[in-house]
Amino acid sequence: MLPVMGDETCAITLKVNGATLRLQVAPWTTLLDLLRERLGLTGTKKGCDHGQCGACTVLVDGVRINSCLSLAVMRDGASVTTVEGLAEGEALHPLQQAFIDHDAFQCGYCTPGQLCSAVGLLAEGHASTDDQIRELMSGNLCRCGAYPNIVAAIGQAMRPRRSA
Amino acid sequence: MTTGKPHDRVDGRAKVTGQARYAGEFSAPDLVHGVVVTTAIARGKIVRIDAAEALALPGVLQVFTHENAPRLAWRDRSWRDMVAPGGSPLRPLHDAEIQFSGQPVALVVAESFELARHAAGLVVVVVEAAPHQTRLAEVEAEAHEPARGKKGYTPPPKPRGRADEALAAAPVRVEATYEHPALHHNPMEPHATTVVVEADGNLTIHDKTQGVGNSRDYVCKVFGLSTDQVRVVTPFVGGGFGSGLRPQYQLFLAVLAARELRRSVRVVLTRQQMFTLGYRPWTRQRVALGAERDGSLRALVHEAVGNTSRFEDYCENVVPWSGVLYECPNTRLEYGVAPLDLYTPIDARAPGAVTGLWALESAIDELADALDLDPLALRLRNYAEEDQDHRRPFSSKALRDCYREGAARFGWHRRSRAPRSMRAGPLQIGWGMATGIWEAQQAPSQAKALLTADGRLHVASASGEIGPGTYTIMSQIAAEQLGLPIAAVRFELGDTALPPAMIQGGSATASSVGSAVLAVCKALQHSLLKLAQTMPDSPFAGRGLDDVVFLDRGLRLRSGTADAVPIAAIMRHAGLGSLAEQATAIPDMARQSRYTSNAHSAVFVEVAVDEALGTVTVKRVVSAVAGGRILNPKTARSQILGGVVWGIGMALEEHSMLDHGLGRFVNHNLGEYHVPVHADVPEIDVLFVEERDDVVNPLGVKGLGEIGIVGVAAAIANAVFHATGRRIRELPITLDKLL
Repeated sequence: MLPVMGDETCAITLKVNGATLRLQVAPWTTLLDLLRERLGLTGTKKGCDHGQCGACTVLVDGVRINSCLSLAVMRDGASVTTVEGLAEGEALHPLQQAFIDHDAFQCGYCTPGQLCSAVGLLAEGHASTDDQIRELMSGNLCRCGAYPNIVAAIGQAMRPRRSA
Repeated sequence: MTTGKPHDRVDGRAKVTGQARYAGEFSAPDLVHGVVVTTAIARGKIVRIDAAEALALPGVLQVFTHENAPRLAWRDRSWRDMVAPGGSPLRPLHDAEIQFSGQPVALVVAESFELARHAAGLVVVVVEAAPHQTRLAEVEAEAHEPARGKKGYTPPPKPRGRADEALAAAPVRVEATYEHPALHHNPMEPHATTVVVEADGNLTIHDKTQGVGNSRDYVCKVFGLSTDQVRVVTPFVGGGFGSGLRPQYQLFLAVLAARELRRSVRVVLTRQQMFTLGYRPWTRQRVALGAERDGSLRALVHEAVGNTSRFEDYCENVVPWSGVLYECPNTRLEYGVAPLDLYTPIDARAPGAVTGLWALESAIDELADALDLDPLALRLRNYAEEDQDHRRPFSSKALRDCYREGAARFGWHRRSRAPRSMRAGPLQIGWGMATGIWEAQQAPSQAKALLTADGRLHVASASGEIGPGTYTIMSQIAAEQLGLPIAAVRFELGDTALPPAMIQGGSATASSVGSAVLAVCKALQHSLLKLAQTMPDSPFAGRGLDDVVFLDRGLRLRSGTADAVPIAAIMRHAGLGSLAEQATAIPDMARQSRYTSNAHSAVFVEVAVDEALGTVTVKRVVSAVAGGRILNPKTARSQILGGVVWGIGMALEEHSMLDHGLGRFVNHNLGEYHVPVHADVPEIDVLFVEERDDVVNPLGVKGLGEIGIVGVAAAIANAVFHATGRRIRELPITLDKLL
């Protein structure tokens, strides 16, 4: 019989949306479940738990990852940004505003992942055309089919960058 | 006017900031977690379940199985929800019988999710398998008329004329069989239920459902509870598409565990387990068309057989559309269901119409090819001006405008008729089109409203928000009726404590709940007018609601120069802090039943086919929709976009694959069940044609959740034929079928 891993915990430090947290976490806890179940940050969604849908996308040290595929203990010392950390107080992140402007969601369940993924995409700087956005956002499924509006929203948020 | 203009979603901010809370995201101080164990055989019985190893783990509270679950409601009717088909619904953990692969056989409850998941893997289920059948072709001969009982199902109309003789005599005939596999909805949010046990023992349930009332009533009937002991609260649903119309087994299991353990419990299904729920049924159809050489239809035969389970007769309206869409003197439409050892199918976006129109609109394209006629011209030649099956007029039908405006936007006149005649470099280009149709429906619903003296309006109805924009359009309707800015209106839904609303399905929320919101606002208008008439020198003396208008937070005469009277002043005069109303909107059946009311669409598609690789890429889509009055062009467009994306998935990607040896769906994850991704979806041009309809409901809306998908699969298959000269009659059109 396997040892019950929940019994033992490891001490880690995570910076989550700017706040430094010292946590005791079980080694079998994913970053996603830590955020949702332990820290109450349910903005990050679980859609498949297998890295196939992108709903759990967060930014770890500025890079977009599937938080369901990462154990929390693997991220000791990292800085994590979730959808709850994108806005500056009441001021929405330009991508959040662009998603509202372009109706880039319907049910809203994939939206936090799409947003975090789009923030990561812009930071990577590899997309300049709509087709590139489509290709590089294809890890984030939207079953409501808001794709054309998501692409338009990301395009809007990219535009100031282009003209700069 | 607030309606008819594009408005951002009023719940947009909650959704982009992660504040919108879904069923599996509510918590409680003593919350414990349940993980479901499912069976791996399709038919047989459980010999024993050994949960000792799981139960030995500290923190595992219980393993519920049929051996220790309490005896509950005995009669089938207690287990039958509002939209259940005829038959004997699944009773989870009821006995040792296994009826389908993936059937839940145990629920492991533990202090943490990880522990429950780990323990679930330690439960040993010993089974005795019996032979199973999961091949539709093998049971087609057993197809039978579905048992009565499913809401909204209408048996096919009686034959008109003599279809088979007319077919045999027709100068031009086409006949073919079309098939599509089972398709799973796969909303992004997995099915989930959080049951909070309140201090008084009552249950507050957050359930992923398209009808909070349906879940509430099911729990009450099954567990023998009264409606004041159970409240279902679901403010947001992460996609439904039909999968949330019936209570799913995680609801039952979570309530069972919460009651037995007297603890709050959450049960979330895994993505794999989402493939153990209902699905769009596997359906085989034969369509035969006979026509004159000028294209006039003489005979139409449409026969369909869809799968169901052995314990319920799921059924849907697959063939009736074929008797309504085209003028034809001789029609014979037949539909049956055939049982397989699978779980019961469930309505999936535009149930029945998606299936029927895939076959009919492919067949019409085949006929156009046989006649060497333009496919659009053929459809116009046979355009139905009235409902021949019911011998009644359409309440409105702007399909001709869909054809004309859609074709113009697409540039259809530039299409060269012959297959394989359009190329772009190494790619074959194909242009195809198809028609869509969906029934406009209204069901009884209620709403209440509270107007406060500070000018704020709170409107509520136990409807749902699965993504169409219910919060937004209801706020628009209410704001418009009382002349308030949308920001002054708050619409609340998804709570059984609110006035009951129809289940959110069938594209009927805007018409049904919208009519209730309209009615309750009219009641407020009436009260305000009455109060205003008691004011000194009231300009409204002797006037009725038709004479006044609510604008800019005030009431004024529709004609004349009298000043507007602020709503706040009216309430101040009456000494009222608030004004409350409740109203019910019931369809005017006496009037509506004299007409046939449908939404329509014309879908135009361009595909590029790489014949060396067999790949099909959708390059662009134009969807022209006649859906009555459009309340919010922004959210309306999104609904159609979503339908088109579903159609792309159905045509080219989606396939719930059965392993007949195992009797189960084997590609049960999002890596292997392919849904469209960003890169699969091109520009989609949505246009709404003008359509007025004062019969369908007081708002004149027809609903948009379904119409967007109907016809898309056929339009794509027709485009693939135009590109390649190859007619694919079995979906999805994957590369193996084109090489």
